[in-house]
Amino acid sequence: MTKTETKPGRRRALRCLLALAAGTPLLHSTAAAPRVIKVHARKFIFTPDRISLRVGEPVVFELTAQDVVMGFSVPDLGIRADLPPGQVVRLAATPARAGTFGFLCDIFCGSGHETMNGVIEVM
Amino acid sequence: MQQRSWKRRDFLGLAACAGGAVFAQALPGWAAGRDEAFYFVQLSDAHWGFQGPPNPDARGTLPKAVAAVNALPQPPDFLMFTGDLTHTTDDAAERRRRMREFQAIVAGLKVPVVHLMPGEHDASLDQGAAYQELFGPTHYVFDHKGMHFIVLDNVSDPAGRVGEAQLGWLADDLARQPRDARIVVFTHRPLFDLYPQWDWATRDGAQVIERLMPYANVTVFYGHIHQEHHHMTGHIAHHAARSLMFPLPAAGSQPQRQPVPWDPARPYQGLGWREVQAGRPGGEFGIDEKPVAG
Repeated sequence: MTKTETKPGRRRALRCLLALAAGTPLLHSTAAAPRVIKVHARKFIFTPDRISLRVGEPVVFELTAQDVVMGFSVPDLGIRADLPPGQVVRLAATPARAGTFGFLCDIFCGSGHETMNGVIEVM
Repeated sequence: MQQRSWKRRDFLGLAACAGGAVFAQALPGWAAGRDEAFYFVQLSDAHWGFQGPPNPDARGTLPKAVAAVNALPQPPDFLMFTGDLTHTTDDAAERRRRMREFQAIVAGLKVPVVHLMPGEHDASLDQGAAYQELFGPTHYVFDHKGMHFIVLDNVSDPAGRVGEAQLGWLADDLARQPRDARIVVFTHRPLFDLYPQWDWATRDGAQVIERLMPYANVTVFYGHIHQEHHHMTGHIAHHAARSLMFPLPAAGSQPQRQPVPWDPARPYQGLGWREVQAGRPGGEFGIDEKPVAG
């Protein structure tokens, strides 16, 4: 009676330990290396101009500009950065809700500035 | 014994006789010409040099507005042009050519004073260099009939900032005004976050509003968004004017910030300018929107 009660308990404990052991490095790797999304800005285009993210997924935008100082702004996510040409600017974000959010260049950069934008879809 | 009640004009006369008109205006809590009614005209966003389907009469619309102002039965005391006099170009020589053409057109205005200020299309690509060459300072103040006017530049910085230096200049100017001064601020971009998704904001606009908040009578007139719009930040009213080139849609009403298409059945729809009546009892402004007539 005692044996039959103890065996499932041990197996459960073992399963928990294995899960923790497997999960720990996974959690570490998630925290250490969020998905990197490279975005390049040049007159008057962002590449890519459509980006898909998942709710709660930590990401880092790696942003570069080619010709003049650009801005990368996602007002709905509360993030923005100046992009001086020749530098890589990293900007972290973790979208908290689903939706379609526009991003734009918010530093006036020339005759096509007002159509220099893109879309982030968070699912 | 005859009693004499001193009126403002008497005091002004006395001050002027003593060469003290400037002194009189500088008295704390006292403003020359206070409560004197007048009106001014606001034009905005002419985008001279723009070409494209949103306005098949791109070279005719501004002259039509100038002619309409000149046809007013009583000329306004002054005219204020709240920026984007010209449409942007990456060619510095072409920018100056457009500015000179604009200058020649507004030279035909039959109003006593024309005040200009830049928009981002005029100033953001060269930090206001061409604008200053042709038109002068990008930020300044003037007084008229007891009202204090502050012209703020939130476009020469391509990031749409007023900037620390100008914020300091503003603070110094405001420190000289009594708390009940009647203050009008002209800007190009909205000072509040109207819709940052379309760059309808000023990066440090909140700092400007913070400095204006202690003053009881402040009104802001601006352009940039190519449509009539009214908004309150606390007790401060913000009034956006229409464009003289193409209208833009309401904030967020469509995915892209594209001009409203020209409607051949209703040409010039959505374009216009305004008269602003000032110095009325109660202190509020009267705003009379005027269309561009074909």
